[in-house]
Amino acid sequence: MFNGNEILETIYMISQENLDIRTITMGISLRDCASDSARTSCRKIYDKISRYAQNLVKTGEDIERDFGIPIINKRISVTPVALVAESSDADNYAVFAKAMDDAAKNVGVNFIGGFSALVHKGYTKGDALLIKAIPEALSTTERVCSSVNLATTKTGINMDAVKEMGLVIKECAERTRDRGAIACSKLVVFANAAEDNPFMAGAFHGVGEPECVINVGVSGPGVVASALKNLKGADLGTVAETIKKTAFKITRMGQLVAQEASSRLKVPFGIVDLSLAPTPAIGDSVAHILEAMGLERCGAHGTTAALALLNDAVKKGGVMASSYVGGLSGAFIPVSEDAGMIDAAICGALSIEKLEAMTCVCSVGLDMIAVPGDTPASTLSAIIADEAAIGVVNNKTTAVRIIPVPGMKEGDVVEYGGLFGRAPIMRVNPFSAEEFIQRGGRIPAPLQSLRN
Amino acid sequence: MKAVITVLGCDRIGIIASITGILAKTNVNILDISQTIMQNIFSMIMLVDLSGMNCEFSKLSELLTKVGEELGVEVRLQREEIFTRMHRI
Repeated sequence: MFNGNEILETIYMISQENLDIRTITMGISLRDCASDSARTSCRKIYDKISRYAQNLVKTGEDIERDFGIPIINKRISVTPVALVAESSDADNYAVFAKAMDDAAKNVGVNFIGGFSALVHKGYTKGDALLIKAIPEALSTTERVCSSVNLATTKTGINMDAVKEMGLVIKECAERTRDRGAIACSKLVVFANAAEDNPFMAGAFHGVGEPECVINVGVSGPGVVASALKNLKGADLGTVAETIKKTAFKITRMGQLVAQEASSRLKVPFGIVDLSLAPTPAIGDSVAHILEAMGLERCGAHGTTAALALLNDAVKKGGVMASSYVGGLSGAFIPVSEDAGMIDAAICGALSIEKLEAMTCVCSVGLDMIAVPGDTPASTLSAIIADEAAIGVVNNKTTAVRIIPVPGMKEGDVVEYGGLFGRAPIMRVNPFSAEEFIQRGGRIPAPLQSLRN
Repeated sequence: MKAVITVLGCDRIGIIASITGILAKTNVNILDISQTIMQNIFSMIMLVDLSGMNCEFSKLSELLTKVGEELGVEVRLQREEIFTRMHRI
């Protein structure tokens, strides 16, 4: 029979500690939507997304109601559009973003990911056109997210792409300067991108994925933080053990929802992504977990060790709770989307350099970081290069989602509202990397890529 | 299909009567029921069988939420799996 305390524990996690399913993301292959006419291709894209995802939002809401667990986002990821658009006669790929945006509106999802290119070894004609179109695509659409993978452990780092992405980010910022450079928040630059990541803005439907798939991202930093609050003074082995148990419970929810969504939509279940994804809501912060472990502020010395413990324990707890684990699977540290990170950045405890160190031990990277609007493109590129190097050498996914906010300087705060939160403008090292970035070329794959 | 109904809030006369009245009307069978009062907070947990239910799940959920609002307590209807999955391997 059932145990009353367990039932109340679950209800308490949902109602008081912000336990939720962060996203159900439907991955849809657009590989059969290519055409020599851009118009035909866009129509096929719109029709296919509308057809496959027509019941996605309703099914999500039904599951939410039946199980009483909030499902915050229903989203779509598609095949990297560069691969689909490449056969067409278009020379401006922004029309493809428009088709994606229209389809997303039609089926009622708040974001659609996959305006993407994979250029870790070099550009094809389609990749070059897609990257060129990113600023227009992201500034003229509402729901489209874009990502570019420019490095892998197997191939090294495409420094030509690194150079170009610095300029693309600057242009995205400029085109949306009246909206706090919001376009940059929809653009992720990856190393070792995951093909089945359900989280935006970096989700896309990889080339090895099936026709259509359901991936689920769980969340629950608040649940972990409150479990730790009862452990004052306990040693770190006990802390890790408690996080593991909590992560197990959270992930079981994700697995249940994923299976249920998959069977109701008649679409195969892909993976559960074991990530702790914060929101700006109070009590939903990864920084507060680290602080509950005994750090005065997130960013203090010791933060990297605490985060390493957290990230590892989340995976160990989650991995047995789900039959298929994938995506990014780790704690996220987006500055503007985490109340504790925002406070830490404002009071000077958290710097970009510390965040960079933290990305060595967690997913994913420098995420939602606002910097002064006059930061040179080459400095943005150099920040991307540093993150890519960490990913490539450590065989992990890293990413950069950085926002040079025009007209703002260190100490200002840019407000986005909603899930994007608010971002304090952080200090950037003023010394130049111009000459290094201008070299271009490709940084060779590291020795650890030679595994055969 | 089984579900769990939980009621949380201030104790008052008629909570169980109101909830079970709805269940009787919708032909839902009660399998188990337990209640405790801790520091004046009333909590009731009920395991119910929905196989004979004569309305939609959403309708029952709506009726229970509404009666909860009238009584000033929180009433939730949730499929049983969310609890068994979280706490049982």
